[in-house]
Amino acid sequence: MNALHVAGTTMAGSTPVGPVLQVSGLVKSYGGPTILQGVSFTAFAGVSLAVIGANGSGKSTLLKCLIRLIDPTSGRIEMLGHDVGALSDRALRRFRSRVGVVWQKHNLVPRISALSNVLHGVQSRMSGPQSWWQWAAPEPVRAEAMACLARVGVADKALQRVDSLSGGQQQRVAIARMLMQRPQIVLADEPDASLDPQSGEDVMRLLSDLARQDGLTLIVISHRLEHTMEFSDRIIGLSNGHIALDVATAKADPVKLRRFFDTPIAGAP
Amino acid sequence: MTGTVAAPRRFQHRPIPEYVGIIVVIALVITSIANTAPPLDNLQRGLARLVSPSGFLAQMFPPDLSRVDRIAWKLLETLQMAVAGAALGLVFAFPFAILATDRLSPHPVVKIIARGLIAFFRTVPDLVWAIFFIIVVGLGPAAGVLALMIDKIGFAGRFFAEAMEEADTGPQDALRAIGASRMGIIFSAVVPACLPSFTATSLFALEKSVRGSAALGLVGAGGIGVDLKVAFDLFNYDEALTIILMMLILVVAVEQGSNWIRAKLI
Repeated sequence: MNALHVAGTTMAGSTPVGPVLQVSGLVKSYGGPTILQGVSFTAFAGVSLAVIGANGSGKSTLLKCLIRLIDPTSGRIEMLGHDVGALSDRALRRFRSRVGVVWQKHNLVPRISALSNVLHGVQSRMSGPQSWWQWAAPEPVRAEAMACLARVGVADKALQRVDSLSGGQQQRVAIARMLMQRPQIVLADEPDASLDPQSGEDVMRLLSDLARQDGLTLIVISHRLEHTMEFSDRIIGLSNGHIALDVATAKADPVKLRRFFDTPIAGAP
Repeated sequence: MTGTVAAPRRFQHRPIPEYVGIIVVIALVITSIANTAPPLDNLQRGLARLVSPSGFLAQMFPPDLSRVDRIAWKLLETLQMAVAGAALGLVFAFPFAILATDRLSPHPVVKIIARGLIAFFRTVPDLVWAIFFIIVVGLGPAAGVLALMIDKIGFAGRFFAEAMEEADTGPQDALRAIGASRMGIIFSAVVPACLPSFTATSLFALEKSVRGSAALGLVGAGGIGVDLKVAFDLFNYDEALTIILMMLILVVAVEQGSNWIRAKLI
């Protein structure tokens, strides 16, 4: 990622770009345990931000709070110019359409084709049967879905049932669905977690390259240190619901990052 | 290995309420049989009449095939009633099931009302629905179709809703995160996931409908049941046997057909 973070703004090329995400004092509690205890951070346009932390540290909860799949207990989230907590149901739907999400488990619809699954991404801006099944879609929409599949390298699987594809291919289809949304910011919840090491790395590289090409902000939860170091510009570490680390990746010490991962790094001292 | 381990007691001590419960169930079964079973001498006389040379069974054989063509047409009408009733019932069961499903219902009150209606439609027997619709639309197949439709809304509505409740919520959440509409989520994520279950339920509904439609004529709601009743009333037992055998062929054919489709599709 090539954006340079300078005192509250970011220089993407020569254009100063403001924050696309500002989280202030975010708290999430489920009655008993408090999962997030006053989390605050900022993300700038075109930057890749890795969120790391051990199991149960609140990473996934944080991600879900950002688009109100879970309602925060308190705190403020400003994303893409919206006060997310104040959005009505209708406005929340419109807002979500601009945020792409890639899940740990790809969450594709089984039994239907890869193309139909990618086409579902258009539901962010189009409704009705033409956005439900590939055979009912208008030609330009089908063409765009095919282009998205081509970008992730599985265009030849377009009409195959998605549950007949390998895990890596399914995650690529999920990324194509995200591209079909034409998002401005991408949230990725451990997209490499359920894949073998090679497929996981391929998927992370693909996601990183696509974000760079399209100038997207990428917020990715990662559980692999090597991916965090290779595919992010900045790292924030969550521990017991707090931000315990906020560092530029170039300045991060892998040894000090170890405590945010559950498993030790191979070959590390 | 070291010494032997003592086996546990064969029977464990149970709380007193469990013993009381078992005694109540046994008493219920015994009193029910005692109060409703036919007296043995009646049963004996009846069986003797049934198998006597001039008895019921003797009059049934051989089956009277002289009116097979008319019976076949009535059987076709019965099948059409069953297909129409099942199709209409399945179409209306789908929105009822959506309204009755936790994650898809627009409001908890709507969900409770939808579940209540589905339970009501299912609980009242189709013969009672047939009598109700005869009062509404008069004698004939239309009353039968409406009765079958209501019965199928109750039957399929429940199983459709259960299938939708059990569907993987991941794809639904993913589409919700995209900003998809409720209808988008239902038709893009829920229906494809539930299609095998929906197909199985629809075929069972058709089978149930075919069996039900044969009986609805007994109360005047169209179909072959009317002819069966008339044959019995006029003591034309040989014709009644023909009708029963042809109904059997129809029901078995539909069941075999639906088994074949289930095996192919699911």
